[in-house]
Amino acid sequence: MKAFAYINPANEKEAVAALSPQVEQSMPLGGGQDLLARMKDYVTQPERLVNVKTALESTVTPVGGGLRIGAAMKMADVAEHPEILRMYPAISAAAIEVGTPQIRNQATVGGNLNQRPRCWYYRNEEFVCFKKGGDRCFSPQGENQFHAILGAGPSFIVHPSSLAVPMLAYGATFRLAGPKGERLVPAANYFTLPRQSLRMENVLAPDELLTHVILPAPGNVKSGHYEVRYKASHDWPIAFATVLIAMNGSVVKEAKVVMGAVAPVPWRSAEAEQALVGKSITEATAAAAAEAAMKNARPLSQNGYKVDVAKTAVKRAILRAAGIQTA
Amino acid sequence: MDLAINGKKHTVANDAPQMLLWVLREQLSLTGTKYGCGEGQCGACTVLVDGAPVRSCLTPASACAGKQITTIEGLEQNGKLHPLQEAFLACDAMQCGYCTAGMIISAAGLLHKKPTPSHEEILAGMQGNVCRCGTYPLILDAIAKAAKGAGHAA
Repeated sequence: MKAFAYINPANEKEAVAALSPQVEQSMPLGGGQDLLARMKDYVTQPERLVNVKTALESTVTPVGGGLRIGAAMKMADVAEHPEILRMYPAISAAAIEVGTPQIRNQATVGGNLNQRPRCWYYRNEEFVCFKKGGDRCFSPQGENQFHAILGAGPSFIVHPSSLAVPMLAYGATFRLAGPKGERLVPAANYFTLPRQSLRMENVLAPDELLTHVILPAPGNVKSGHYEVRYKASHDWPIAFATVLIAMNGSVVKEAKVVMGAVAPVPWRSAEAEQALVGKSITEATAAAAAEAAMKNARPLSQNGYKVDVAKTAVKRAILRAAGIQTA
Repeated sequence: MDLAINGKKHTVANDAPQMLLWVLREQLSLTGTKYGCGEGQCGACTVLVDGAPVRSCLTPASACAGKQITTIEGLEQNGKLHPLQEAFLACDAMQCGYCTAGMIISAAGLLHKKPTPSHEEILAGMQGNVCRCGTYPLILDAIAKAAKGAGHAA
């Protein structure tokens, strides 16, 4: 690992001041579960790390019927927080499946949302891809079994954050602090496709910090969250989904279907949502919505199976939201 | 800087920021904590920080100031092994032994939080530790035995 300076700011303002507008020169350090590993692999080599664990909030505050979560909150604390579980159960479900106990005891909310792609080309210092400032993506002609099946190109990464998916479904807004003050960005506008910004996966500038996640009142919705992995633990999902449904009697009044690990951003499927509205939830309507979610899928040479896995995740998340037991 | 390790205060050099693992092993000769993969995959370097298992290879020592660190050396009290250490011995829960310190520390963190875990809770709590020899069934037995043992208080 390249030597680096370590700054320990006392508050948000000092932390922002210690950052730099230059990409990957001065970087915020949360739990370090992604960044430090990338530094050890010479994928990212900042000159300065700015510890934000004490500078940023790590607590949950009720606001306007919803909750505001500090970006320095640890994943283990998110997973066990009773109010998050009561109001936003899909966020708890996503948090508990991240990594391992050791990871969750250190990893933070901000770090989970802003971690870099798990793509093996990106993670290997030898491959200078778009994500490292290079001029190509190696996956279309290479090993692409875990890459994107929706919305991708010219980079084919999948977004690595588990929290991003339920947070987008619940209509979260992210508070960002930068040298010019704060700005509020809805999760739906925060994550960016490669054709919008090739190197980074979101609108966060190098001299900005994501400080809070603001969740609106959840309303009267039922939620289902379902993740599919190769390994039972310590693995990233192949595909997963958060589904929120508001019922009108026995039929769906409104639905939100957001998928993870299928696209370079958390992927909301209007097709699946439309397929659910006005229907009662059964195996058949859930399966039809899952089909709709994958209607525009464009798999690469080795990841066609992910289309089926994603369908299963969507279908089971819908059935879970409806309280129907699934595998 | 000062670190509180196994109930004692240690003054360590941290001019060039270092991971906790190397401060423990090289400055303090606490070599019970193992260097496995060095990049947060294997769990061999697990220590407790304020009672919770974390991986010392991905923890800057600076992040531990003011916190209580427990390593495998800190489990024994007055010459008496920790119930988990006794149980790992009784169950032969190791082959090469390289993962054992991390396993026992993770299990100690688990029992600290959940003194009587179910089998599923033990599995979930031990997700972050890998044993290349594959002694998992014996490790699970040992943790269940330690949890059941009367001597263990959370």
